[in-house]
Amino acid sequence: MADGTQVLPNRAAVATQPNLAGRLRSRFWRGHLQGSEYAWALAFCVPYILVFFVFVVYPVAFGIWMGSEPKLYTQLFSDPIYEMTLVNTAIYLGVAINLKMFCALLLSGFFMRPGWWNKALLMIFVLPWAVPSLPVFISIHWLLNGEFGLLNNLIYDVFHITAPDWLTSRWTALGSAMLSHIWKWMPFWTVILLAGRMAIPSEIKDAAKVDGATGIRSFIHVSFPLLANLYLICTLLSTIFSLGDFNTIYFVTGGGPADTTHVLATLGIRYAFDLAEPRLGVAAVISALPLLIPLVIILMRKFRTSQVQL
Amino acid sequence: MTTTTFEASAVVAGRAQSQTMRRAARRRRIITAVAAGIFSIALMFWTLLPIYNIIMVSFEGHNDVFSGNLFPSYPSTEGYWVVFTEGYWYLANFWHQFGNSIYVGAATTFLTLAIASAASFSISRMRINHGWLISNAALLTYVIPASFLAIPFYRIMQIYGLTNNLWSVIAAEVTFATPYAMFIFQQYGRSIPMELDESARIDGASPIQIYFRIYLPLMAPALVAVGTYALLLAWNEYLYQFLLLSDKRSMTVPVALAQFLNSDEAPWNYMMATAVVYALPPIFVYYWFRRKMTSGLTMGGVKG
Repeated sequence: MADGTQVLPNRAAVATQPNLAGRLRSRFWRGHLQGSEYAWALAFCVPYILVFFVFVVYPVAFGIWMGSEPKLYTQLFSDPIYEMTLVNTAIYLGVAINLKMFCALLLSGFFMRPGWWNKALLMIFVLPWAVPSLPVFISIHWLLNGEFGLLNNLIYDVFHITAPDWLTSRWTALGSAMLSHIWKWMPFWTVILLAGRMAIPSEIKDAAKVDGATGIRSFIHVSFPLLANLYLICTLLSTIFSLGDFNTIYFVTGGGPADTTHVLATLGIRYAFDLAEPRLGVAAVISALPLLIPLVIILMRKFRTSQVQL
Repeated sequence: MTTTTFEASAVVAGRAQSQTMRRAARRRRIITAVAAGIFSIALMFWTLLPIYNIIMVSFEGHNDVFSGNLFPSYPSTEGYWVVFTEGYWYLANFWHQFGNSIYVGAATTFLTLAIASAASFSISRMRINHGWLISNAALLTYVIPASFLAIPFYRIMQIYGLTNNLWSVIAAEVTFATPYAMFIFQQYGRSIPMELDESARIDGASPIQIYFRIYLPLMAPALVAVGTYALLLAWNEYLYQFLLLSDKRSMTVPVALAQFLNSDEAPWNYMMATAVVYALPPIFVYYWFRRKMTSGLTMGGVKG
């Protein structure tokens, strides 16, 4: 409290003398931090630097060392399950992510509509994001059970047809996992894009309206160009996160039927812990790097050039 | 639609025309409202179906689970009773495991806030030389999928003999929560005038006093947002907890929950009751802090 009373007059005094303020700033903070201050600054950083080296750099180096034998990769590429996994991963990322982001974009427009009803709906709509992923994916797994699951019973009661057993063939199982992913994460991205839309000044839209751009044309020519950068960053981030998505596949399909629906994240864990071949598991993960590294570079560059102010 | 300067006939014609236009507009509005209503119902159905499934199964009796009903014929709270009294062998240590989850969550939250706020203070307020290197390292960690590091991380913890130790999990969660925390802190810190630090410095405050008395109090909203994020991350995360904790006494709730899947005839009603008990705390935390969470998320971007 004593500090607080002294801060204001000093601040005023400094502010009236911009040159002095500039000099003080550079002397005390920007340039060379003197003796004890430098020690303090370093001390504040050290915990994070330690965490980074012990828990990020060391595991990464260890992983690269584990997966450095060339013969691992010949073994990996000759595994038919690995080939299927690559196809699954490509479909999972290419279809599910884009579908999710596009639906999120449209839904964010839907939730821009005024009224308490929409706000209440949004509160319910974000529920999947609030619920931990494990219980809901287990629930979906049971929901899709051909015999006892809620979904097929519902379909039978309403339409009187026997729906297929979703999790016993490769493509319906993969589709189910993709829809589960969309179910879980679409609300999050909708909220992000909604915030992006809210940040668009209403004057721009009003001006476009005066010029005759309403509805779909307003979206194509006004909202979307302004959202495009955010949309791109979100899609890239989502792709990277989903490349490491373990829970969805593991709990919805379990990689089955007969290991046909694995993605790289679950296949690595399967090799390492079910088949006790950790090096092969690491190799599977490393084989995703040719995709991951360019994505990360593009994303880092995007982050730097466009400050992500949503 | 200004008709004031028109001639009388034009006014009449204009009125008729505007009436049909108004009627068309009203029809369009009704159609839009109906379409929006139908869409809302479909969206609710999509959102609530898996959640309804959890709740419904959790209230089913033991014989009801394989009946395929849309609604439990004899709703019972047997599942919840079993969870609360630890009356099934997969649930034998449930409350201990619940405590483990709380412990991991609290420790992760505290350490994430402490480490990330200190580093952000040093980088963006004290402007330590080459601070951007640390920021970039954090950003890079943020975009590495956590599951990709799981195998080497597990091996390292095994070598250190830290498996089945909650601190190995806490270390993993802190590692993956701090980058986002630093990102948010540095973004939010820009809104706090630098002059506050400077004048405190002139008044003779040491860096540690500035950190505790000026920086942290002013960062309170960001601390709340990031703290909630870290807590939910630690509570919800599964893979690392599953790999690192296999002992009954050191398990956390998600690992215990997934154990049910190992048995051939899983008691789904017990499992779903466990799932509900596990899911309720994060839902409460989420809705409690929702406003702050979303403002925190939208402040700096992104991560679920």
